[in-house]
Amino acid sequence: MLRLAPRLLRRSLARTFADVPATPTQDSSFVQAWQKINPNLDPPKTPLAFMTPRPPTPSSIPSKLTVNFVLPYQSELASKEVDMVIIPATTGHMGVLPGHVATIAELRPGILSVHEGSSVTKYFVSSGFAFIHANSFADIVAVEAVPVDRFDPTLVQKGLAEFQQKLAIASTDLEKAEAQIGVDVHSALNSALAG
Amino acid sequence: MASSGGAVPFWRAAGMTYVRYSNICASLVRQCLKEPYRSESLSREKVHFSVSKWVDGKPEKPVIESLIVALVSLD
Repeated sequence: MLRLAPRLLRRSLARTFADVPATPTQDSSFVQAWQKINPNLDPPKTPLAFMTPRPPTPSSIPSKLTVNFVLPYQSELASKEVDMVIIPATTGHMGVLPGHVATIAELRPGILSVHEGSSVTKYFVSSGFAFIHANSFADIVAVEAVPVDRFDPTLVQKGLAEFQQKLAIASTDLEKAEAQIGVDVHSALNSALAG
Repeated sequence: MASSGGAVPFWRAAGMTYVRYSNICASLVRQCLKEPYRSESLSREKVHFSVSKWVDGKPEKPVIESLIVALVSLD
């Protein structure tokens, strides 16, 4: 029994790290070639040695999602543990729970809601990206993210009307695209303020 | 994800890059804000740069410019 203990321990250790892709800290063939030429000097560190290996995917789903939500000028949430985040992806609103499959999502103008216990914080996001990692970490980057109560509904309505008009009279592709963007953003804002 | 290499977003098809699209969206959102937040955020749109023109292979004195550009303005 005791004789088998080291072998069992080794096997269980191997299982924990089995799903981490092999990121060798040093290229072994480079080290060997170096040792042949000057065995007295330590081989120099290559960029690979400075890279931290990918954190292993935990074997059981963690209970909380860790969210990093950053803007270019400040960080809204830094490693905050939450229950769920609903992100406005181009493919529709996506709910992210702990244990979500690793995803990269491009965000469209819409509402991002962070659910923690019974409290929900909503931000209107202009655009950005969300990176969801296999170990239940989510990195959300946005250019502008504003709590919904900071908007002026009359400005939103005015903007929507202006851009719908611009879309109707637009001639070149670029003008049409700009007007379409205006319509998208303002109608998303409108539904955000209404709902 | 959504596109299989065929369908591109409408702004890409019109010749716009993602950076420009993203900046236009952000500036539109900033223009819809309520007053104290609006003036704070418009200060974020400022771009400071220095330009020097080159004449006969020599640079002239650089001019420092502060540009506040609303990418898409409501007229």
